[in-house]
Amino acid sequence: MHPSHLTAVLLFALFASTVFGITMRDTPKRMFRYGAYCFALFVGSVIVFSWVMFLIAR
Amino acid sequence: MATTPNKPNAAGKPAAAKPSDQGFVYLPLIAGWLVPGAGHFLVRKPIRGALLAVSIIAMFAMGLAMQGQLHTSAQDILDLLGMVGDLGSGLLYFVSRMLGLGSQPVQTTVADYGSKFIVVAGLLNVIAAVDAHNLRTGRKS
Repeated sequence: MHPSHLTAVLLFALFASTVFGITMRDTPKRMFRYGAYCFALFVGSVIVFSWVMFLIAR
Repeated sequence: MATTPNKPNAAGKPAAAKPSDQGFVYLPLIAGWLVPGAGHFLVRKPIRGALLAVSIIAMFAMGLAMQGQLHTSAQDILDLLGMVGDLGSGLLYFVSRMLGLGSQPVQTTVADYGSKFIVVAGLLNVIAAVDAHNLRTGRKS
């Protein structure tokens, strides 16, 4: 299995967010919202830092 | 933060333990560590248990599929920390070692990602097992 870097990030974010959502909140609705929030933070921060590193490396 | 965390009751203390908490309260913790999601099944939260099991087992399996390495020794502090993370997966770790999986050295970037997937799967499993224990003791609903 050789996923691209972005695919690896998305898989990592999906699984980690699922566990965070279930364990950190106590109702299904709040679990889903917190999981989605964590997923967005994971992916968003990766994109931001990727651009930062790209600009630093230029 | 987008949502508020689990709140204590009005007295500022965690909810009191239920009468059903009698018995071996650490069973969900131990079962959840050994088999991802099993702790939640024991406290009758099968949907949560199934989602946790799928997430953690898939993450561990994908780590192996990416040719990630299982930490088998504690030569230095980083190896030790990696092994502690790997051990969090419980039986997945021991069975994989018995089958000789994850024993090849890391040679590619993707394989390094795989090693991290395996470590994080173990750490997430510890969080899930502690959550099952909290459900068992009534600290969480």
